[in-house]
Amino acid sequence: MKIEKTALAGTVESSDIQFTLSASDNGIQIDLDSPVKDLYGKQIIQVIEDTLKAYNIESVKVKAIDKGALDCVIKARLVTAIQRSLGMDEPNWEVL
Amino acid sequence: MEERLRRTMMFVPGNNAGMVRDAGIYGADSIMFDLEDAVSLAEKDSARMLVYQALQTQDYGDAELVVRINGNDTKYFHDDVFAMVKAGIDVIRLPKVESAEMMQDLVKVIEEAEKKFGREPGSTHVMAAIESARGVLKSLEIAESTDRMIGLALSAEDYTTDLKTKRYVDGVELEFARNMILNAARAAGIAAFDTVFTKVDDMDGFKKETEHIYKLGFDGKSIINPRQIDVVNKIYEPTRAEIENALDVEAALEEAHRKNSGVIALNGQMVDRPVALRAQRVIRLAKASNLINEEGDFIEE
Repeated sequence: MKIEKTALAGTVESSDIQFTLSASDNGIQIDLDSPVKDLYGKQIIQVIEDTLKAYNIESVKVKAIDKGALDCVIKARLVTAIQRSLGMDEPNWEVL
Repeated sequence: MEERLRRTMMFVPGNNAGMVRDAGIYGADSIMFDLEDAVSLAEKDSARMLVYQALQTQDYGDAELVVRINGNDTKYFHDDVFAMVKAGIDVIRLPKVESAEMMQDLVKVIEEAEKKFGREPGSTHVMAAIESARGVLKSLEIAESTDRMIGLALSAEDYTTDLKTKRYVDGVELEFARNMILNAARAAGIAAFDTVFTKVDDMDGFKKETEHIYKLGFDGKSIINPRQIDVVNKIYEPTRAEIENALDVEAALEEAHRKNSGVIALNGQMVDRPVALRAQRVIRLAKASNLINEEGDFIEE
């Protein structure tokens, strides 16, 4: 599945993360901005990749501005952005 | 229904990542994640997902977990219920309840969700927020609307607007609603929660209001700031004499049980059911306040 419609979710408040998803011409591209990138960058990107995979998304540009979000917050905000981009009326219960 | 302490029910805005993360560290008896008034219309999906994910992974200790969903008349209602049941929430709080049917409609959707997600039927409890004159007058039928009910809560802002008055310091405008809701809850055997006190900096005013609702008999108070928790707990703390008496009652009950005796006496006076129930509540409060340990011994400072 491809992300075609640009969508945003989350905030740049402390403990949160803001995602902007947009169309990509080259598979999954992740641009992560985080104060803890050296320590936890890999783990954050892993959560992002796993969540995209659960939704079968193979093509998307992901811009993430992290403010120290926990894994559950990263997942929540990304799922919200995906659902907004795909225009899903109802959450995908099977994936959650 | 399980009897538990509900001295404080702390409101947590459902779309605030930091507050949702930290909600468990303050020691509130119940944590209420808010998907309704604290969340703007554009962020309803986002808040629902944040609370859902947090419930899957965060440790909120012994706190009872409650979520205030959006009303039956909104397009968010169905997804709110489904997500929270799937996440295994303890209690769903329905706002602006005015009839037993509203609670029964909620229960139908909960039943559907419990079935769909393989959760134990009946494991999701409910409570009603009373926010209007009609709701207050119907409080008994609401309290008895379903066996999933754990409590009624007064929500004073909408209620006072409905009454064509406003909030006053002495709370005189709320007396009828408080007494109706409390009596309805007690008649139905469920909990009664008082409304929030919104002036966070007026701790004296908060203390007075909490002392008042404690005397009336409320289980506890809805709170909007963690700083209010200690004030409420202090007011609900039993005195040493009350605890000693309660421990004596408990000992007399155990003694009578051992002797298989139906009549229980303490200091020459009969211990009947209300006395026994009050003693149990005092002991629960004393343990929660760290005044006695599990064995019933006083914990010295």
